Amino acid sequence: MSLVELHAIHKSFGELEVLKGIDLSIDEGQVIALIGKSGSGKSTLLRTINGLEVIDDGVIIVDGKKISDRDADLLGLRLQVGMVFQQFNLFPHYTALENVMLSPQVVKKQSKAEAKQIAEEMLAKVGLADKMMHYPDQLSGGQQQRVAIARALAMKPKVLLCDEVTSALDPELVNEVLAVVRQLAEEGMTLVMVTHEMRFAREVCDKLVFMHQGRIHETGDPEEVFSNPKTPELSSFVGGLA
Amino acid sequence: MSEFSLWDIAYNLLLAARWTVLLSLTAFVLGGLVGLLLLMVRTAGNPWVIRLVRGYVELFQGTPLLMQLFIVFFGLPLIGLDVSPWVAATLGLTLFTSAFLTEIWRGCVESIGKGQWEASASLGMNFTQQMRYIVLPQALRIAVPPTVGFSVQVVKGTAVASIIGFVELTKAGTMITNATYEPFTVYGCVAVMYFLICYPLSLFARHLEGKFRHVAR
Repeated sequence: MSLVELHAIHKSFGELEVLKGIDLSIDEGQVIALIGKSGSGKSTLLRTINGLEVIDDGVIIVDGKKISDRDADLLGLRLQVGMVFQQFNLFPHYTALENVMLSPQVVKKQSKAEAKQIAEEMLAKVGLADKMMHYPDQLSGGQQQRVAIARALAMKPKVLLCDEVTSALDPELVNEVLAVVRQLAEEGMTLVMVTHEMRFAREVCDKLVFMHQGRIHETGDPEEVFSNPKTPELSSFVGGLA
Repeated sequence: MSEFSLWDIAYNLLLAARWTVLLSLTAFVLGGLVGLLLLMVRTAGNPWVIRLVRGYVELFQGTPLLMQLFIVFFGLPLIGLDVSPWVAATLGLTLFTSAFLTEIWRGCVESIGKGQWEASASLGMNFTQQMRYIVLPQALRIAVPPTVGFSVQVVKGTAVASIIGFVELTKAGTMITNATYEPFTVYGCVAVMYFLICYPLSLFARHLEGKFRHVAR
């Protein structure tokens, strides 16, 4: 059984139907890239996986457990599914260390020492052992995003969702964040990312999902999908990038 | 007829000013508590509750404080509750203060970006945890200057309690005037005393504004 299963997911914002019946399964350890034009529904799809967007219809199963929109379910779901955002969304009033420690302490009720140890471990993992006492506004965008990754990892999620994690970064800072994501992929973390970094997706991902007008239009092995697009839409999307 | 020195006047006004301070403090603290409660239920977001709180705020912002005091003072006896001027004034000012503070604070909470809510939600926090650890600590810093600023309005608002017979600074001024026939001197002193209470608060609010202007943390 797959780690995450989405069946016939529908979602509308008012009159606008953004997701028109999505089926997708994600296996443990799989690295999946969601690509497509803006407005294709890829970010919305990602956000349904941890309940930030409530679906109108369909079924989400994470780790064998069906998720409804009941609060208790959502909180349980979010313990399994971590998320990293385009805008980092660090808590500006806490240091890097406190940002990472907070949720293990507050949500998982770990002791301060325990939470601190995990936080230090995670910050070291993303290469920020020397920035723990810095506040977000004292860090570069790339560093902030790496703190955000460490913060998500400290909750020991089974899946990590990455929503355009490099899109808000200056070009020279993109690579330090991608390197961390690549490292996670190599360690076997299950990753679902919305990305515009096509070269990265091609190198790192196991599966590419091309979304178009609220549907999964084409999916497959990245090499295959890029070199041999089967639909004109993907062909023009890939062509437009070149 | 005995003569009243300026000192007699000032001394008696000072005694009454204690009640102005006490009434202000009580109304501010109680109003703050009620305001915080209203803010929480409003932010939690049941549409009916939101409408109810909004109605409450509009009601108190849209009517003169004096009318609110009259309604409390003369209205409660109609349903069998006899209230002293002190209770009526405290109750009226508390309601008034809570309506304004909840509205001020709502603005501050709403200025905390959606990203902060989403990030904390995606870390598994529930609403109370989000409020306590993420939103309120940030909103509080923004809220301090306007809140202190509003406390000046509360102090000045206590003057209307004189009309329902509560002896605070203004009422004492009226009574002393009736005895001394020196309205200008007496009310001059009254004004000076209000100013001495309010001006430091204004200065403090301004100081905080400067301090928190570039607050990121």
